[in-house]
Amino acid sequence: MNRIGDRIAITTLALSVVLILAILIVIIGNIVIHGAGALSWEFVSQPPRAGLTEGGIFPAIVGTAALVILMTIAAVPLGVATAIYLHEYTPAEGLALAWARFRASKNRPGRRKLFLRALSALLATITRSAVANLAGVPSIVFGLFGLGFFIQFVGRAIDRATQEPGEVVWGQGSLLWAACTLALLTLPTVIVATEEALRTVPQDLREASLALGATQWETIRRVVLPGSLPGILTGAILGISRGAGEVAPILFTGAAYYLPFLPHRITDQFMHLGYHVLILSTQSPDVEATKPLLYGTVFVLLALTFLLNLTGVVIRSRTRSRLKTS
Amino acid sequence: MTRGRLARNAIMTGVFSVAGWVAIVFIFLIFIFTFKETLPIFTDPEVKKEANLEAFFTKAQPGPTLAERYVWQPTSEVPKVSLIPIILGTLKATIVGLLFACPIGVAAALFSSEFAPPKLREVIKPCIELLAGIPSVVMGFFALIVLATWLQKAFGFVYRLNAINAGLALGFALLPIVYTISEDGLAAVPRAHREASYALGATRFQTAWRVVMPAAAPAIFASFVLAFGRAIGETMILLMAGGNAAITSFSLTDPLRTLSATIAAEMGEVVVGSAHYATLFFMGTLLFVVTFISNTFGQMVIRGMQRRMQGAKA
Repeated sequence: MNRIGDRIAITTLALSVVLILAILIVIIGNIVIHGAGALSWEFVSQPPRAGLTEGGIFPAIVGTAALVILMTIAAVPLGVATAIYLHEYTPAEGLALAWARFRASKNRPGRRKLFLRALSALLATITRSAVANLAGVPSIVFGLFGLGFFIQFVGRAIDRATQEPGEVVWGQGSLLWAACTLALLTLPTVIVATEEALRTVPQDLREASLALGATQWETIRRVVLPGSLPGILTGAILGISRGAGEVAPILFTGAAYYLPFLPHRITDQFMHLGYHVLILSTQSPDVEATKPLLYGTVFVLLALTFLLNLTGVVIRSRTRSRLKTS
Repeated sequence: MTRGRLARNAIMTGVFSVAGWVAIVFIFLIFIFTFKETLPIFTDPEVKKEANLEAFFTKAQPGPTLAERYVWQPTSEVPKVSLIPIILGTLKATIVGLLFACPIGVAAALFSSEFAPPKLREVIKPCIELLAGIPSVVMGFFALIVLATWLQKAFGFVYRLNAINAGLALGFALLPIVYTISEDGLAAVPRAHREASYALGATRFQTAWRVVMPAAAPAIFASFVLAFGRAIGETMILLMAGGNAAITSFSLTDPLRTLSATIAAEMGEVVVGSAHYATLFFMGTLLFVVTFISNTFGQMVIRGMQRRMQGAKA
């Protein structure tokens, strides 16, 4: 009796897994079936025509690519450097222990050093929780921040300093500000993943390098970074793929409804695949006529993010199996 | 030679320290700047006349029904800026999303951590990651174009876009969060717990349900809290699939509008510095504060559990 009850209960749990897989298959299947048919050379190489009901999505592809590249340039070096700081330059023993050691060192030499160590550990703790929180801030709030800080504050200030009065070049939505906003959004992913990757490099290797007379920077460059590169790459790629699909942060920081030209300066506005999906599906004058274009755009966007994701996952699983064998 | 190496080392130490500070500076900047644009609500007399806490939360228009009393019409001749319909919309979508994602996510996590053969587990994990990797604009598109039509056909909803449709699509996006965090928690429960339970004669399901799941309860709870944080702030799905009508209504079959969707839909056309602009930033601040609190709380619960599990293993 007991055994039958067990079977039923476990089957019920299994059904929930089946349901999740079914949802995934239905969503992706629907998009692939309708989207693949809409693809053509014309679709990916031509700009939209006839009020977005005909033509292709070439400017949106270019805009998305430009945005992702700029975002990567801003987010990855900063994120990796922050993680290196957190992992290589702050005390490994953590805040509680560092503070306890300082407290226990009364009337002994080197007390000041222990205090600085505890302070540095405190800073690391705060930074880590700030990063964890940054990861949970809604993407629309990043958009507001981009508007309030990058455009209204920084952009306007640059305009005041460099342009004729009344001229607006920097103080409006653009590739640059959208990329900066997205970079902030991807920063936590990059930092967390990089720190995890740094953790996989054995402490012994660092000590061996230092014992041979290498400076800390040389140790990081020649020993730590090469050992953690695949992990860092994975984190960076996963972060970038998240950033590539986000639309909320670029709504008012530079995405354009329709542009007859391609962006050629970082202060230009741009078209974007995700934003194009939003426009086509909510503001189309003729929903049925635009449906093939819409599905095609979704397909390209999804393919782009999945391809990035897949690359990240493949690098990760390769490293894992290599670590297992060594 | 040596001096150059030491100098380079010193420079890089400086570079990394600065980078370490940048992350922390930005989180403060985000808070300061979202709040700064909200401030006129409390300080600017012009803005204050139209947009203030009383107008947001308590002020009611004359009228017999709830929908007539609490109204969001920020651009009408006499602007009405009650946040009640919008907050209600946000809560409705969030609750539907959580009611869908929490039980299914936990059940799936329990199955894959306790019962699934390892081969199957290796299939489930990437699939969940794939689901998590679907951009929310694509999920919104799916809910708007496909799901809404199916649901309307199946249940005969009067409005094609409503809280059930939007909440379900939101739930799809929440599933990976609930699943991943719950699964991590379940997997962290020490083997000894399970073995002790088997030794007492419990079946596999009894062990999973009454021993492993309670032991992982903090992680499961944290997964709900973090999913809540994500649901409250999710924008594109609700903007596209919610119907975009700010109506004060408790019905799940009415269209709705959330805080995030309101910001997304109206910020583009607003006059910078106006009462409407400050009101939208106020909504952003509200979202920021609520998600900040729920995320901090969720992270704390997870960290507490990790510490306890490590203690149990040692």
